[in-house]
Amino acid sequence: MIVFKKPHALSDVPLHYCPGCTHGIVHRLVAEVIDELGIEGKTVGIAPVGCSVMAYNYFECDMIEAAHGRAPAVATGVKRANPDNIVFTYQGDGDLASIGTAETVHSAARNENITVIFINNAIYGMTGGQMAPTSLPGQVTQTSPYGRDVNLCGYPVKICEMLSELDGPEYLERVTVNSVKQIKNAKRAIKKAFQNQIDGKGFSLVEVISSCPTNWGMTPQAALKWIDEKMIPYYPLGVYKDRSAEKKEDKQ
Amino acid sequence: MNKLTFRTDNCKGCGLCVDVCPKKVLALAEDVINKKGHHPVTAVHPELCIACAFCATMCPDCIIEVEKGE
Repeated sequence: MIVFKKPHALSDVPLHYCPGCTHGIVHRLVAEVIDELGIEGKTVGIAPVGCSVMAYNYFECDMIEAAHGRAPAVATGVKRANPDNIVFTYQGDGDLASIGTAETVHSAARNENITVIFINNAIYGMTGGQMAPTSLPGQVTQTSPYGRDVNLCGYPVKICEMLSELDGPEYLERVTVNSVKQIKNAKRAIKKAFQNQIDGKGFSLVEVISSCPTNWGMTPQAALKWIDEKMIPYYPLGVYKDRSAEKKEDKQ
Repeated sequence: MNKLTFRTDNCKGCGLCVDVCPKKVLALAEDVINKKGHHPVTAVHPELCIACAFCATMCPDCIIEVEKGE
């Protein structure tokens, strides 16, 4: 009996990510969810700009490459034109939380019926490790060699907390993938985000706290520990908004 | 017996599977270099495998297939 094999929705193309980068894990989780829900034939993915810019090579479903940060806008167009398709975006923090903040906030406020997978690794990976809007206070990056100075650069953007103040979005959750237990939890969250779209509930965003061993300057193992020690205290995990659960509570 | 299959040429030698294995079945093959130029993972104690699939769950490159024996 086969206990584990590569999901069908993940292509055979070798991933270009650095050794130990958790992008690959999240790619696999999305592919597993697409397999389990049986929606590969009608799924359209929107690839971002950033490390995951070549995500269109890795999924077997249809993919569109969006301009930097505009994935939720492209997803809005695809979903409105083809409401029967399942549309997801896969974006990093430089894409979603920096140049694409406007598109993210407004697609959430409009409660577009799309699924957003947001990878937060607190750094710009593709361009070589510059400070991102999500970099932690005091974090050393290429452009903050003495640590992020909050007096000069301001504080990190917490996307889940920010969007949870809006009335629009259906479902917001922050998860991580630094252990087997957390990976299983992340898969549950991603599956719920896709299921919400199938049920027509609206905007679902899953923020995945991810690692960047290369640009953090750590081994893959140390990077996973760093997530527990530094990232999670600043970005607490959990469900930030779940309107269908709130409605259930109201009824009771 | 439980069987582990590796797509060795795609392995990047990050070692996350080695660390997560509860039975210490896996190790990086220090004397082998794959197409990508990394030391790929290999099963040094395949007989100890309990087919928990923790290694495959943790692998960022999805190179491990786990089969549970009869």
